[in-house]
Amino acid sequence: MSLRVSELRVHYRTLRGEVKALDGVSFAMDDGEILGLAGESGCGKTTLGKSLIRMDGRMRHAGGTVELDGRELPIGDDRAMNEFRFHEISLIPQYSMSAMNPTRRIGKMIGELLRSRGVAVDTKELHNRIDLVGLPREVLNRYPIELSGGMKQRMVMVISTLLDPSLLIADEVTSALDVSTQKAVAKALLGFRDNGFVKSMIFITHDLALTARLADTIMIMYAGKLAEKAPADKLIKAPRHPYTRLLINSLPEIGVRHEQRKLSGIPGSPPSLLDPPKGCRFRDRCPLAGDECGEEPPAVEIEPNHYVACWKA
Amino acid sequence: MTTTTTLPTEERVVRREALYFAVRNAKLLIGFAVVLSLLLLGVFGPVVLSADTPNEYVGGTMLPPSGEHWFGTTTFGQDVFTQFVYGLRTTFLAGALGGGIAAVIAMVIGFVAGYRGGLVDEILNMFTNVVLVIPTLAVLLIINAYLGIRSVGVQALFIGLTSWPWAARAIRAQTFSLRGREFVDLARLSGMNTRKIIMREIAPNMSSYLFMTFILLFGGSILIASSLDFIGLGPTEGISLGLMLQNATAWSALQLGMWWWFIPPGAAITAIVGALYVANVGLDEVFNPKLRET
Amino acid sequence: MLKVDNVTKVYKVGTFGSRTMTAVDTVSFDVRPGEVVSLIGESGSGKSTIGKMILGLTPITSGSITVDGVAVKAGKEYYRAVQGVFQDPFSCYNPIFKADRVFQLIKESYYPSVPDTEWAERVRSAIRDVRLNPAEVLGKFPHQLSGGQLQRLLIARALLLDLKLLIADEITSMLDASTRIDVLNLLAELKARGLGVLYVTHDLSLGHYLAERTVVLRRGAVVEMGLTSKVFDDPLHPYTRQLLSAVPRLHAPWEDAAPVETCLYHERGATGGLLEAEPGHHVACARLSDC
Repeated sequence: MSLRVSELRVHYRTLRGEVKALDGVSFAMDDGEILGLAGESGCGKTTLGKSLIRMDGRMRHAGGTVELDGRELPIGDDRAMNEFRFHEISLIPQYSMSAMNPTRRIGKMIGELLRSRGVAVDTKELHNRIDLVGLPREVLNRYPIELSGGMKQRMVMVISTLLDPSLLIADEVTSALDVSTQKAVAKALLGFRDNGFVKSMIFITHDLALTARLADTIMIMYAGKLAEKAPADKLIKAPRHPYTRLLINSLPEIGVRHEQRKLSGIPGSPPSLLDPPKGCRFRDRCPLAGDECGEEPPAVEIEPNHYVACWKA
Repeated sequence: MTTTTTLPTEERVVRREALYFAVRNAKLLIGFAVVLSLLLLGVFGPVVLSADTPNEYVGGTMLPPSGEHWFGTTTFGQDVFTQFVYGLRTTFLAGALGGGIAAVIAMVIGFVAGYRGGLVDEILNMFTNVVLVIPTLAVLLIINAYLGIRSVGVQALFIGLTSWPWAARAIRAQTFSLRGREFVDLARLSGMNTRKIIMREIAPNMSSYLFMTFILLFGGSILIASSLDFIGLGPTEGISLGLMLQNATAWSALQLGMWWWFIPPGAAITAIVGALYVANVGLDEVFNPKLRET
Repeated sequence: MLKVDNVTKVYKVGTFGSRTMTAVDTVSFDVRPGEVVSLIGESGSGKSTIGKMILGLTPITSGSITVDGVAVKAGKEYYRAVQGVFQDPFSCYNPIFKADRVFQLIKESYYPSVPDTEWAERVRSAIRDVRLNPAEVLGKFPHQLSGGQLQRLLIARALLLDLKLLIADEITSMLDASTRIDVLNLLAELKARGLGVLYVTHDLSLGHYLAERTVVLRRGAVVEMGLTSKVFDDPLHPYTRQLLSAVPRLHAPWEDAAPVETCLYHERGATGGLLEAEPGHHVACARLSDC
């Protein structure tokens, strides 16, 4: 087991009260696994990614534990987490375009960064990895502004995995990229896992089709809770949670035309997490909802590795 | 007034709402209360007071504040309160006129340069920068000395004509960033012309910013006017808060312990500018619906 | 109805326009009434610039754009028939005013003589046309509404006019999957009203879902255009093939783009411009490899 998250609760402090962005999420990941984390905006996927590495000032660890390779992570303690960041857990942020210091040549910046973590640069390994993501080695002598979005994204990937962390969190890393660049970045991420640069990876995205291409397991979140988690193939082909089904049915794939098959979205919007409703959180939008849904459904393993939080599944 | 009756309904609603939040905003109320009371004092004080001119000699010299002379008297036996009240009037006039003229020029140049962009912007910007680097005070000195300006109005006009550039640059930058927002495009698609877009879409969005600019220009004008007064280039007749400060300094009020001579004008200038600043913070909360809710 | 004819846009960059950049390069296509045409391109393809030129928000450098024979002229009369909806719903509303002010502006410019009560009824009916509940959306500030609601309100706003052509520029790219498809369906419904829609997007699957015809842009120039079924099922240009192969699919793995075996272009001895490979299916010279 590389990562085990149990009953994790993270709240956001706002002036109107605490937003329960993550309200009791449990899951585990194996070594070598890529977990795709998908859901609509506000479902808690980015909060989950952030809380595993660095909570921002408004976030509060309200309960639950995170264990990485058998050690419990002090996620609520910003200082104590320093020991794990970069070495054990690393993050590729959503806007890596702005994550690099614009006044330093990239090579120099990497040197400074590693020195601050007490590690020397292994130039050969660095070159290896730059080759692997398909960048020319001379990018090290360039300034970040001279790189395109996709190149920067790949450069940040190389930098954040230089110390071979156990877990890599990639938060919406491809959403600002063009399709062809997106494919290249996704393939590079797969290469990182296959080459053992990272043991496991959480790939956060709103694009279910992209997750399906990349992840071994997909976890769908809804309103701060786990809705369904299953091997990627199974989740796409035989989803059990009504939310997952509706979500997949709302995606136009190439081959689907409006005249031939009219798709429909999910009516309504997710509940406010300031004061979440009792029972199943998808109840108001769910076509199958019944009386039992007034009670909160637990996430049950209905078949090996397939978890669903729904009474009707 | 006709302008209020022809206001489009939705703006009337916005104003009514703004008013609703305005009367519940302590910062705004306190700020305006201070400025308004000083303004009223300056406007109506001279009417009520018995003295016809502020510099009349009323008798006893260097008297501390008392029931008869509220703010005491000067070295020459002039009533400080009378001077203060007349001085407030002059100072408000200089500030409002100078600040107002500067604000109008700054807004016209800032809005046009920021909204039109391109060559218009480059030319206006160059002009602004030229005016910006002119040593204002020196020019004012020369103008005042040669033209022999001795009225508050003309003094304020020259202050206004020279103090707008920084404000124009600030307004230009704000306009420039707002122009890129898509609601400006949408306003154009609604058939609005440039003037209307600036006045009804862009300006309301930066109303508190414009107000802040006006406050700073207002305060700046008061200070420049005071400086001119201070070096003897102010209005020859009448009195201003700046002139009072100058007289107090010239006749060593500080050394003689005549605090009642320099504290009122100094405190009044500080109070006017400070209160306007507090009011501005409140105004920001009133106009920004997001700040309101918190 | 909409005719874009050899349109070029050159931007002047640098101080006093010392350098130039060609954003759109001799682009021609048309949109007919009751039809959705999607304009597909990656960033820097000039697709949004074309949308802005049609809306008269950016001047054309050369070429012509006409709607029913009338050239683009930014102004009241043109916008009565041609309207736009943009990418970021939150930036389309002035944050200090209520969202329904967009309707009021239309009334002021176009229907000042319509009585308030009748106008309110028209607005409510337009809002119901875009599948919203007037009671839920009227009288609210933009930040109190969702992105999907805001985009629908902008479509409702356009419907209040005598609309002929709607430019929808990336209008779903900031929306969640569960709401975006409903906004797309709304666009499709506009066809029944006889409207022409130009749907500008980077997302091939959304373009494929919605449009009758597709125009693929690359670096400001059209590389391929024609019936959506032709362009997607039988792409002729290597760039189109590459784009299609890069789209992630739910049920099938990524494939590598099929290479172009024979270049129709050179086979027929054509030079420059677009070649009509089959009726209604145009393709540009590949210029990517030396064939």
